[in-house]
Amino acid sequence: MTELVFALAVGILTGSGVWLLLRPRTFQVIIGLSLLSYAVNLFIFGMGRLRVGAPPVLENAEAVDPSLYADPLPQALVLTAIVISFAMTALFLVVLLASRGLTGTDHVDGRENPQ
Amino acid sequence: MMGLAGHLIIVPILLPLLSAAVMLLLDERRRGLKSVIGIGTTAALLIVSIVLLRQADLMSTGSSVTTYQLGNWPAPFGIVLVLDRLSALMLALTSVLGIAALLYSLARWHRAGPRFHTIFQLQLMGLNGAFLTGDLFNLFVFFEVLLAASYGLVLHGDGTARVRAGLTYIAINLTGSFLFLIGVSLAYGITGTLNMADLAQRIPTLASEDAALVAAAAAILGTAFLMKAGAWPLNFWLPTTYAAASAPAAALFAIMSKLGVYVILRLWTLVFGPGAGLLAGFGGEWLLFTGLLTIAFGTVGVLASQSLPRLVGCSVLISSGTLIAAVGTGDSAVVGSALLYLVSSTLGIAALFLLVELLERMRDPGADVLAVTMEAYSESNDDDPGEEIGVAIPATIAILGGSFIACALLLAGLPPLAGFIGKFGMMAAMLKTDGASVQASAWILIGLLTVSGLATLIAMTRTGISSFWARLDDSVPRVRVIEIAPVLGLLLLCLSLTVGGGPAMRYMEATTKDLQTPQGYITGVLGVPKIGAANGETRP
Repeated sequence: MTELVFALAVGILTGSGVWLLLRPRTFQVIIGLSLLSYAVNLFIFGMGRLRVGAPPVLENAEAVDPSLYADPLPQALVLTAIVISFAMTALFLVVLLASRGLTGTDHVDGRENPQ
Repeated sequence: MMGLAGHLIIVPILLPLLSAAVMLLLDERRRGLKSVIGIGTTAALLIVSIVLLRQADLMSTGSSVTTYQLGNWPAPFGIVLVLDRLSALMLALTSVLGIAALLYSLARWHRAGPRFHTIFQLQLMGLNGAFLTGDLFNLFVFFEVLLAASYGLVLHGDGTARVRAGLTYIAINLTGSFLFLIGVSLAYGITGTLNMADLAQRIPTLASEDAALVAAAAAILGTAFLMKAGAWPLNFWLPTTYAAASAPAAALFAIMSKLGVYVILRLWTLVFGPGAGLLAGFGGEWLLFTGLLTIAFGTVGVLASQSLPRLVGCSVLISSGTLIAAVGTGDSAVVGSALLYLVSSTLGIAALFLLVELLERMRDPGADVLAVTMEAYSESNDDDPGEEIGVAIPATIAILGGSFIACALLLAGLPPLAGFIGKFGMMAAMLKTDGASVQASAWILIGLLTVSGLATLIAMTRTGISSFWARLDDSVPRVRVIEIAPVLGLLLLCLSLTVGGGPAMRYMEATTKDLQTPQGYITGVLGVPKIGAANGETRP
């Protein structure tokens, strides 16, 4: 059940993200990129296998059964990925505003389509 | 214990980071001091990378690599930096481009916006780190470092065209990063490792249902790297971005598209070599045909370009396509010549990006008779950082013209410069397949290489005539020595590659031999014990 909900969440986030990414307004693009980054972060987390109630940190350095513990590495990777995508989104936001100011439009091409 | 010389591998990452951090603290008005720090750091990087290149070259062929264990954690648990011939070559190339671009920028570009020197050093750090790392996720981190810095460099100098190009560039690279992450985590989920050498060791033992997932991960990763390399159809951003970027930034970006090619060459030969079991040679045909299409697209682009910066941007595509196709052939002799082509075309493209800005200075915007879309690209007038500078050096036109001809010869792959040796070597290797008949794809590649060279020559001749001969006014552009010196330096380096073609070719052949024997890389990375521990204690 957890797996199904998880997979659906990743799928819906990715789908919405890709759709928004292909839209013509810069704000839609940035929201699309954010949604995609959530989906990717969840996906990385899922690659460490979904475990309920298993701690990722070993409590003593004695010989332990690793199957009782969750894989800590994907969690560390997610942390890195979150920080990086957060920073990149902030940077993109600045460029978006600069583009809006310089071109006077929020179209991704920097000019409106002649209708 | 490890001597100081053992720590040399990490210097190309730490030194630019340190100098970037120091420059961040300095006031923006102290440009003189910042220039000195920047030049000093880059010169030191050049020396270090040459020492590393010599060190890598002294290693015996096909067996050993030098590793550096970060935090003294042995691979595959810790992150390692790996120096071998290929990474040493790319490091040296980065440093050469770095110092050329930085010297050029001192004439005026470093005054065109804030924090130029800091961003420049961070860009060098990201590039060096990406070339040195032996860990997939660490590669991602260094990719992000260099991308973040490159966003800054693309936007350096401001102006509508740059912001517009930057917007596309950032969006496409963020998407590429997501693909990278998906591929990395999928590979980790199946194989349980992020270390490239360990990955190569585990892939041959996979069950067939897992192999399919690893193939999917590799395909997703490959897409991300091909996007970076500018492979068709994911390359429409590249000419626009490179043409919009300021000249020193664009010159440095010449190595960035080669980074994608480097990673593909590294991972593909390591992980999907002949010993990879079910997945041996996975994706080779895709690489070959993507490369062919990229060359074709670049060729059309070069002929259709109406402005000089865009023309150079399209020749980046031709160069990338050639390299990708050469990797895709999987023939070690072809790859060896392709590496020489990589060095000469990168140097040539960087020199041309620097030269183009000098040429644009003397070009009347109206000289482009064909330039119907000039309005969209003629951003060079509104972003000049002001004052006319410098003394016009004598014989300016002759020097500029001579450099332009040299660049044209390099990019078109005509003798006597090194571009010819690389291209000729690739063709000769494809035709000489031990009596077996030459494959159809090889004929297509040879044809496309020839046609793309011809197209580059035609386009460059056309631009050269309109720049140098068909000018309406006789004004001599004011060019400073510090601007033309990097261009001449890069071209001289290409010339020395031709003169020293023997040793250069021997190095490239040794590099491909290393790539052909991934076992040497694997044992070189995984067999190294923790420093200060007895042998065998560290591997469980």
